[in-house]
Amino acid sequence: MPSEKMLMRGSHVVGEAAVRAGCRYYFGYPITPQNELPEYMSARLLDVGGAFIQAESEVAAINMVLGASAAGGRAMTSSSSPGVSLKQEGISYMAGMELPAVVANMMRGGPGLGNIAPSAADYFQATRGGGHGDYRTLVLAPAGCQELAELTFLAFDLADKYRNPVILLGDGLMGQVMEPVVFPDPIDPKDLPKKDWILDGCEGRPPRAIYSMLLGQQGELYQHNLHLQDKYDQITAQEQRWDTYKVDDAELIVVAYGTASRIAETAVDDLRAAGLAVGLFRPITLWPYPKKALRDLAKDGRKVAVFELSLGQMLEDVVLSVGGRSEIYFYGVPGGLIPTPAEAAEFLRSVLKGDGKVGRRVEL
Amino acid sequence: MSQTAYKKIFARPESLKDNPTHYCPGCGHSIAHRLVAECLDELGMRCQTIGVPPVGCAVLAYNYFNFDMVEAPHGRALAVATGIKRVRPDKLVLTYQGDGDLAAIGTAETIHAANRGEKITTIFINNAIYGMTGGQMAPTTTIGLEATTTPGGRDPDRDGRPIDISRMLAVAEGAVFIERCALTTVKGIRRAKKAIARAFQAQLDRLGFSLVELLSPCPTNWKLPPKAAWQWVNEEMVKTYPLGVIKDTTGYEDKK
Repeated sequence: MPSEKMLMRGSHVVGEAAVRAGCRYYFGYPITPQNELPEYMSARLLDVGGAFIQAESEVAAINMVLGASAAGGRAMTSSSSPGVSLKQEGISYMAGMELPAVVANMMRGGPGLGNIAPSAADYFQATRGGGHGDYRTLVLAPAGCQELAELTFLAFDLADKYRNPVILLGDGLMGQVMEPVVFPDPIDPKDLPKKDWILDGCEGRPPRAIYSMLLGQQGELYQHNLHLQDKYDQITAQEQRWDTYKVDDAELIVVAYGTASRIAETAVDDLRAAGLAVGLFRPITLWPYPKKALRDLAKDGRKVAVFELSLGQMLEDVVLSVGGRSEIYFYGVPGGLIPTPAEAAEFLRSVLKGDGKVGRRVEL
Repeated sequence: MSQTAYKKIFARPESLKDNPTHYCPGCGHSIAHRLVAECLDELGMRCQTIGVPPVGCAVLAYNYFNFDMVEAPHGRALAVATGIKRVRPDKLVLTYQGDGDLAAIGTAETIHAANRGEKITTIFINNAIYGMTGGQMAPTTTIGLEATTTPGGRDPDRDGRPIDISRMLAVAEGAVFIERCALTTVKGIRRAKKAIARAFQAQLDRLGFSLVELLSPCPTNWKLPPKAAWQWVNEEMVKTYPLGVIKDTTGYEDKK
């Protein structure tokens, strides 16, 4: 049964949703602003007979996830930007070894230690691979507590379906905000589809080995990379997700995800109240990016305005999607500062007027 | 028809695959592999074992061991093994690691797995050198030993001193059995097998973390003929790394 409606903090929502999605193994290391998630899991996994380890490092934590995943468990870790940088080695290995995992990144300001305020400056790291090698991770970008719950479920399903790490990309605000949430039906791990590749002792079958090093002289690694690319192509074709808001008659489409999309949505409402025809396009998957959906909207002289909590990272995917079909404008706020809806509205008004006062026109 | 009854007294352990190894002549890895395999066979645990090889010369150990194995990034074997053990607490989980993997890049994972008392067994191959990458200084390289990155030999002022990780681990309460053996005499090989069996037993009895350090010759990178390399272990290497039980809180009686 779906749960009652509950008022919960975003980090706790991810934890509760993970447990209900059949995750029984969590490994992590403290870092602000997502400490409420490991704290929640430490108690909740006790209740359900799972395992929680506060690891000695982010590096150890991601490799515990690797081991737990190889042994067949639904496993996750979470962190914030500097910690996720440390996890990239393990994520690359898991992509190469085709091991499922869920990694939640509640982004903070960077580079370096930066600050602990919400930011969205890890878009490149999340969507371009982050670690070494020719690989991809699915990236889901929730924009509120209900979606945190639903996308956490989806993250575990996609990870298992494609045997690939999935990044849940939130930020400090998504982790801290409290909103009402209804959880999907809980899943008993015993009822999850059986995996025929896991390590559980070779009783009655030949031993299995899971590895990413492919030294074979016959282009073994080349073939493996082509196999991975086929999988990424399939994901790109099947898993693009997005949402739109008041776009039908819009002259200007603002593109934003996560926290920025919440700010942009309020700005759209305010501008609509003032009689201006603006709408919102919100990617939910950042990789694969919903390219075609955005390209289809960006026509008939509509302008596209990109609004980010970084200095222009998703912008590159918008440019790749829209190409020269529309004029593209950009306004970004870095460094963990949260822009107000009025600031976003000012940017959109400026684009509509064409006065160039807020943001910039993007030259292709 | 008369039949002669033959009794098989020596064979390849079932826990080893029938594959030729890539190890150099005189290397200790093949002996260590065989000892691990014999112990698992004797415990009847081959099909209940999950192993984690290192990054290093034994990275391809899954081509030789005949049980489930998963690769770990360099140094992370004990973190990976920890994840496995939490999902499969009823399996025998082992890591097989070299000195660079375990005592340099993976020092944190090693110390913390031991300190948590993970019910895992580590087979630690100490050959005082980086083998696979071609003879660079290891954390365990002895003073004066010439590695490709220690011109004139390891100098304690310039390069630091060799690390005795087994003794360091012994202070962790979670570690219940640690012994150092050498693979370079018949007596030493027999002793090593007993130590590995005891380490596995400590895990099966859920007592805590266990580790067997094996001093292992690397003729290729020491630039010595195999016989001289074995002699160097017996005469020189043991001065830095004395053999014997370093810690045993298992309470097991010694079988004489």
